[in-house]
Amino acid sequence: MFENTQQFLDMLPIIIIGAGILISTTIEMYSEKSEAVLPWFSVFIFSAAAFYSLVYADKQSIILQNMLSTGGITNIFYFIFNIGAAIVCLLSLDYTKKYGMNYGEYYILIQASVLGMMFMAGAKDLFMIFLGLEIMSVSFYVLAGVNRKKEKAIEGALKYFLLGAFATGFLVYGIALIYGSAQSTSIEVITAGFTSLTGNILFVAGVLLFLIGFSFKIAAFPFHMWVPDVYQGSPTTVSGLFSTAGKAAAFSAIIATLAALFNSSPDNIFSPYLSVLALFSMLFGSIVAIAQSNIKRMLAYSSISHAGYMLIGLAAGSFDGTAGVIFYLTVYTFMNLAAFGIVALIEGENETNLELDSYSGLGNRNPVLAALLSICMFSLAGIPPMAGFFGKYYVFIAAIKSDLIWLAIVGIFSSVISVYFYLRVVVLMYFKDSEFEKVPAKSFSGFLGVTISILLIIALGIFPGSLLDLITSYL
Amino acid sequence: MIEEYIPVFIVLLIAVGFAGAVVFSSKLFGPQRPNSEKTSTYESGMKPVGTVRERISIKYYLVAMFFIIFDLEVIFIYPWAVEFKRLFGEHGISVFISMFIFLVVLELGYLYAYKKGGFKWD
Repeated sequence: MFENTQQFLDMLPIIIIGAGILISTTIEMYSEKSEAVLPWFSVFIFSAAAFYSLVYADKQSIILQNMLSTGGITNIFYFIFNIGAAIVCLLSLDYTKKYGMNYGEYYILIQASVLGMMFMAGAKDLFMIFLGLEIMSVSFYVLAGVNRKKEKAIEGALKYFLLGAFATGFLVYGIALIYGSAQSTSIEVITAGFTSLTGNILFVAGVLLFLIGFSFKIAAFPFHMWVPDVYQGSPTTVSGLFSTAGKAAAFSAIIATLAALFNSSPDNIFSPYLSVLALFSMLFGSIVAIAQSNIKRMLAYSSISHAGYMLIGLAAGSFDGTAGVIFYLTVYTFMNLAAFGIVALIEGENETNLELDSYSGLGNRNPVLAALLSICMFSLAGIPPMAGFFGKYYVFIAAIKSDLIWLAIVGIFSSVISVYFYLRVVVLMYFKDSEFEKVPAKSFSGFLGVTISILLIIALGIFPGSLLDLITSYL
Repeated sequence: MIEEYIPVFIVLLIAVGFAGAVVFSSKLFGPQRPNSEKTSTYESGMKPVGTVRERISIKYYLVAMFFIIFDLEVIFIYPWAVEFKRLFGEHGISVFISMFIFLVVLELGYLYAYKKGGFKWD
């Protein structure tokens, strides 16, 4: 099975999560208290996998008959997925009780989705990407509707499933065309012949279909229609997982597959497509978010515009751009999870306290939570001391270096628009009197999850170079 | 080239001819006493006309899930069993262990369905 012990150690993060799923299922079967055990067990295995992959990131290798790569960028992505999922589990512990859906299966599904993401990030073959995507997506469809007594959740889950399946169709057709023109599904073979293959119209069509399939998953503009409904209908913590780890997984698959595209070639033929996608996602997300009164819908549209900023990095088509995207994804994971986490803490039973008005006067009622949410909103808006600023900075600078100055200008313009709706929350919290009673936010684990994310945002805001150097050294 | 396929065409002709002859002869010689049940599209299945949002018992899905578990098992075990002798000679005990791990993973899902009451039909 394993040619040697080294291979086993190389893919240990995947084995930890895979074994974790089996152990969790066994616990769920035999233990009466699985709902209390599984969250902490999940946090444990996610943290173990996250730290293992970060510590051993420098051992790069390709294993399992050229199917899976380990080490380097792959492990950075493993870190993002696992730490994100660990935070989601911390946030879910009390949130699921609020809705009477603290099933043990909830955590097993999160683990399964992370396993799928890890396959996507490490893929060296298009089939591996497809396999990982399906493991992730199927778990996500179930997670979206896990609160099965709520009509909105069922609606969201069904919408997600139908559109997700539709997107998978595009993706598979794209893979088929790529295979037809490159005569291989191995990413290494495709990468090696990339320049000559781009002359083949079938290959170009295949890559475009592949990108369309993933545009659904990253919620880029023309393929975003499911996002607000799904994020609003799903449990808040699950929406956090969709918008962070799920998006990071889709980006990891694009970066893994089209590595040749991001090889600082000035005549990158997919750059116009990615630029247009980025342009519309940014502007559409930012402008429509202004009109939202529900904070989950607002965060959904903000997630569309963030997908646009990240696409700028891909459109730049250079190492700088790719490094910027990965940095942005890391930062975005933490700041968006913190935002969704605080929303989950403030959310009352039966979907109360989700309107923006219910945040008015939070500065008086719960100063700590208000301060944390302010940091989060400043970071999402891209105000300098926070990490969100550096994410945007690296992406824009990469665009300017690749002569996409107009795209960087539109990006800056769009982030100025987005400042309005992010800071509106802060204004409501501090400068408007409370019309509601004190919100009880007595969830230790949820608070812990939010605090970890906020600390990471601040740390990455102060030392952005440490992470960026790490990413650049592996690219 | 084309001559090699003549036996295939003969088999095809016999198959189609036999099936057609059986259907036709039963129509010709058999007693005809039609009623509404018999003439419906799926004689012992569901009604083909009616609401499309009919509720289907969850038991059908459970049966389908159990079927998938066993079906997957068979799909992977047959080729493995056929090639086992050669693979065992080449790779040793790891051939056995890898199939064992696969079965444990698969049976865990089966055990989960059983433990959650998948076989309680009342």
